[in-house]
Amino acid sequence: MAAAPNPPVIEPGHTYASVTDKISSIVLTRKTPRGWYVGFGISFLLFMMFNYAVTYLLVKGVGIWGINIPVAWGFAIINFVWWIGIGHAGTLISAILLLLKQSWRTSINRFAEAMTLFAVACAGVFPLLHMGRPWLFYWLIPYPNTMFLWPQFRSPLVWDVFAVSTYATVSLLFWFVGLIPDLATMRDRARSRFVKVIYGFLAMGWRGSAVHWSRFEMASLLLAGLATPLVVSVHTVVSFDFAIALVPGWHTTIFPPYFVAGAIYSGFAMVLTLAIPMRKFYQLQDVITMRHLDNMAKVMLATGMVVAYGYIIEAFMSFYSGNTFEKFMTLNRWKGPYAFFYWCLIACNIAIPQMLWSKKVRSNVALLFVLALVINVGMWLERFVIVVTSLHRDFMPSAWGLYIPTRWDWAVYVGTIGFFLMLFFLFIRVLPAISIFELRTLVESEEAKPAS
Amino acid sequence: MAQIFHRSTNTIARVSIYGAALIAFSAVYLLYIFAGSPYVTEVNMAKVQPVPFSHRHHAGELGIDCRYCHTSVEESSDAGIPPTQTCMTCHSQIWTGSPMLEPVRASYRDDQSIPWVRVNQVPDYVYFNHSIHINKGIGCTTCHGPVGDMPLTWQANSLQMGWCLDCHRAPQNFVRPRNQVFSVTYQTPSDQAELGPKLVKQYKIQSLTNCTTCHR
Repeated sequence: MAAAPNPPVIEPGHTYASVTDKISSIVLTRKTPRGWYVGFGISFLLFMMFNYAVTYLLVKGVGIWGINIPVAWGFAIINFVWWIGIGHAGTLISAILLLLKQSWRTSINRFAEAMTLFAVACAGVFPLLHMGRPWLFYWLIPYPNTMFLWPQFRSPLVWDVFAVSTYATVSLLFWFVGLIPDLATMRDRARSRFVKVIYGFLAMGWRGSAVHWSRFEMASLLLAGLATPLVVSVHTVVSFDFAIALVPGWHTTIFPPYFVAGAIYSGFAMVLTLAIPMRKFYQLQDVITMRHLDNMAKVMLATGMVVAYGYIIEAFMSFYSGNTFEKFMTLNRWKGPYAFFYWCLIACNIAIPQMLWSKKVRSNVALLFVLALVINVGMWLERFVIVVTSLHRDFMPSAWGLYIPTRWDWAVYVGTIGFFLMLFFLFIRVLPAISIFELRTLVESEEAKPAS
Repeated sequence: MAQIFHRSTNTIARVSIYGAALIAFSAVYLLYIFAGSPYVTEVNMAKVQPVPFSHRHHAGELGIDCRYCHTSVEESSDAGIPPTQTCMTCHSQIWTGSPMLEPVRASYRDDQSIPWVRVNQVPDYVYFNHSIHINKGIGCTTCHGPVGDMPLTWQANSLQMGWCLDCHRAPQNFVRPRNQVFSVTYQTPSDQAELGPKLVKQYKIQSLTNCTTCHR
């Protein structure tokens, strides 16, 4: 059976020079498109709203949020898990696909890693704010102190601190090291003295000698090796925040793998959400080709199936266990006050993404964009359902309650989306959003041609 | 193509790697030193009082028992600051014309408390109880220092949590016989290593390091 040929990872006709020109001109010579100003402006306004909401929060305290007993973990934790999960696609693309020598990663890894960094920055905000007294955040870190006290190492919340800070550090290093050769290209192509100095400073004296390249390759591999376990470990630790607790619906062993799959699922959805507009507005269809979109859609489909398996096992186990509270928790998810969100989640994460089985859907860019948005929403709903439905009706009916987010909850959440997009707009404007030197390696490779 | 940076930048770049690490570590270290310094804790800084009351004279030279003034120390969380009437039990008879004691007499006449300046204070979120410490064989001077040698009173220990835990984790190093609790001249005996564990057992002292022991 002759399968239809795969589209290439880079359209034919590119040379070393044309690749460099194309990517560096976005930053250095091409006029900034009007859409950039509009997008940046809107996200900047949202960021200002975020600052306003956070300032008010610091003045008034977390009482302005909808959290209370029994639901003390509201939006803050939902959003934290959501953002951290989104970051995972960047690490998967840059580390695991590098070690697996997947050449299609080269044109998406740079901005996917940037997305990881910005998502981790947004994620980090929430636990800090949720503490109520964020200025004492350093109590979470084991530092020499006058109390002669370490943090409670048996608490997964402390593991979180280590997991997330390690993740942020390694992601930043990996991203920056990968940028160095391109920063040198930018330095060499910049025209004004000021821009030359800035890129020159960041390029750290890169001259492209054989020694530099050999060390660079070694450093990249080592960092990829360091980052690979993080793809699995970070969200595992995040899932422990729930799984270590005894609350019905949280205390399950399926949480770590199901969280990791969910993280990659939502991460790829976010990469697509960013890549599809970017390739359109900057005419990058020849380097972010249909092959990339198709591959990412397939990864989403696969991880989405793992997530679906998680949902099924969760429901099955709550009945199979024979535990009254587990059983009630599941029935409460299906029929309780938050049932609408549960069924939306099933629709967004399981039902609708089944369309990705069809090649026609995967090659329809607009539809793919919509699907990515749907999955983003679905994964947010998943965290909402996990956090809220378990807490609001746990063991004692006398302690039951409802959780209703306030406008301040929404302001902080939407504000971080603004913050994330603002950083991304700045990134596209000042740094090469696609790895130039790695694209150049594709120009002559076999994989640039359509596979037969 | 002209060079952007002077060649000395290479050296600066290398030095800055170690420099950044050095600055980060010394900043943490200096902050730690600062947090335990007398500037923050006010240890060893004698407080100026409305009347220059000398513990050295009263408790040390005259040998007045701590409980003569701090009456509630054995039964209450608070040791108690004596009212002016306690001063006047003696000073209505001796040093009646001393100008130094005029604020005390004025306080007695006008029925207005003397505004003593507090020397030892733990934060509000610490539930400290004097009586349990006294009754389990922890001497006054263990925490308050050589009060019998203080012309004006100063805080002898940092009262930081790490200092509390020194004893709460190892009470056998500090416990003394109950009949020595109010002694201002008591010295840790050379056989504390044997005496300590014995007293801990005898007085049924628990090493309480739960958060809720002090933070309720």
